[in-house]
Amino acid sequence: MEEIQDTQGELWEVFIQSKKGLPFKHVGSVHAFDKEMAVQNARDLYTRRGEGKGMWVVPATSIVAVDPSDDQSFFEPADDKVYRHPTFYELPDGIKNM
Amino acid sequence: MGAEKLEVLFQERIDANEKIEPRDYMPEEYRQHLIRQMSQHAHSEVIGMQPEGNWITRAPSLRAKKILLAKVQDEAGHGLYIYSATETLGITRDELISRLHKGKAKYASIFNYPALTWADMGAIGWLVDGAAITNQVSLQKTSYGPYSRSMVKICKEESFHQRQGYEIIAAMAKGTTEQKEMAQDALNRFWWPSLMMFGPHDSDSPRTGNAMKWKIKRESNDVLRQRFIDKTVSQAELIGLTIPDPDLKWNEERGSYDFGEIDWDEFWSVVKGGGPCNLKRLNHHKKAHNDGAWVRKAAAAHAKKQLNK
Amino acid sequence: MDKSDLFKFCLRLGDSCLIMAHRQSEMCSKGPFLEEDIAQTNLGLDLLGQAEALLIYAAKLEDKGRTADDLVYKRPERDFYNFMLTEQPNTDFAFAVVRQYIMALYLDKVYETLSNVDDETLSGIALKALKEISYHKSHLGMWVTRLGDGTHESHERVQTAFNELWMFLGELYEEDELDIKMQHAGFAISGDEMKSYLFSEISSCLTKATLSIPESIYMTTGSKKGIHTEYLGYLLTEMQYLQRAYPDANW
Repeated sequence: MEEIQDTQGELWEVFIQSKKGLPFKHVGSVHAFDKEMAVQNARDLYTRRGEGKGMWVVPATSIVAVDPSDDQSFFEPADDKVYRHPTFYELPDGIKNM
Repeated sequence: MGAEKLEVLFQERIDANEKIEPRDYMPEEYRQHLIRQMSQHAHSEVIGMQPEGNWITRAPSLRAKKILLAKVQDEAGHGLYIYSATETLGITRDELISRLHKGKAKYASIFNYPALTWADMGAIGWLVDGAAITNQVSLQKTSYGPYSRSMVKICKEESFHQRQGYEIIAAMAKGTTEQKEMAQDALNRFWWPSLMMFGPHDSDSPRTGNAMKWKIKRESNDVLRQRFIDKTVSQAELIGLTIPDPDLKWNEERGSYDFGEIDWDEFWSVVKGGGPCNLKRLNHHKKAHNDGAWVRKAAAAHAKKQLNK
Repeated sequence: MDKSDLFKFCLRLGDSCLIMAHRQSEMCSKGPFLEEDIAQTNLGLDLLGQAEALLIYAAKLEDKGRTADDLVYKRPERDFYNFMLTEQPNTDFAFAVVRQYIMALYLDKVYETLSNVDDETLSGIALKALKEISYHKSHLGMWVTRLGDGTHESHERVQTAFNELWMFLGELYEEDELDIKMQHAGFAISGDEMKSYLFSEISSCLTKATLSIPESIYMTTGSKKGIHTEYLGYLLTEMQYLQRAYPDANW
């Protein structure tokens, strides 16, 4: 039988939704050996004070991150597209519900 | 970009109070300093479970038992927050634990003092957590993003810890003669070690220079120690306990308390492993780790079989 | 429902929760890895909360001026009515998991029944506890599978735990006069029902975990009359030490 290595388990990233309808936010990571355990460990660590209504756990190795040295070419082209932001538009005074 | 240029840019970001994130450029010494400091911090939370954990089964009321158990569990949680922040620096928890077991990584010396009576649960919560919180509030502004965020989370959760301790010692201070004596005795034993938690004087602290320049540390040991003393003295007076320092005196001019000299020989002796519980704490941790090996292996083996199915 | 019967019923249940919480709290800082340390403490905290709620109610029903703390700290061991299974020590992680797993199955059924009774306090306690215990069942059941299916060593250890704890199972479905009364009032299911429920849950769990049902030899009896294994004495000595050493003190 092949030798099983002793480790602290795989690393999983944890995302919590604090209220139904809100986006999921990254809260940290947790160690676990399988996905059922990852969910339970994340629950015990990050929702001890009732912080969560929803939760995702993702194997840390599955996260694709942008290289920070690329961030100028990656993010800055969006900086001049001000028309995407609502404050770009001039509206008559007194308008409601827009 | 050359290394020198990168370091200049790095320092500019630090000076502008920008947070450094895991994948950003950072000088190797900055990374190593963080690994050393953060892992020591994480280990302290975990080793710190022992002196209080030792009293959970003897807590004198259901209420006290519940609170203490939840508190010690929080410490495990805080250890985990900081371990996971440390792992973003490219080091595994296995390696961090192995360094602790080999004596290469340290934890706070305060936990090498024994928790002898129930009053010590009061003194530890009130003084040891009080000192730790003073330090951690300051660290919320540390320059490394994951460390800073873990401190914010911990400070929010720890606000109940100090109150829990103070409540215990306050109840004993107004209790029977024996209880009062226990309360004063706990204060006597934990006062000076608590002051030592802030570390040596700034002038004797070799790594402070870089840590301040990189804004890992935001305030000096002596400043933090003074802040802790200034807010704690009146808390002792309020419940009729005496701080065991004959030189303690309000200094009107400084707006702070003057206090006696810390026994630095004792400090260095405990840091170097001379504390009465040093061996016990480390052996306890090693035993739990070794006893758990077959459980971890079983979980890993089962997960592997599931994947292969 | 006779108040003194209900008092005794709550005391039995509360005692089992209390003693398990004690065993769970002993494991704090000794977990196989930190996440599981936290998980085991959580189980302990849930059980401690259930014990407290049940004993507060018991003290009220008794109406003799005793508080829940008096019940915990000032009764001698012959006046404790927890199941012997609950006081068994944490010999290793497998023993703790098996003990808690069997008790989680038991409590799940007990609280399910109590959540429907015509007693607001008790049904309230049961409804809250039911949510907690169903999580225990899931968490511990998964561990039984992992350990049984894991390595040769873990398989042996968890099988040993089942074998050695098996004789304490009988108490969970044994009936005395009080049990019969509680059944008539709709506060409990019959011993036969409990037995078949426990056996069916456990045997499907054991099959999944590639473990075998222990051979039944003999089943202990007596905790409902305050008879225990020798472990309880040590446990209470530790738990009650401060209250007994300083009887005049408030903490």
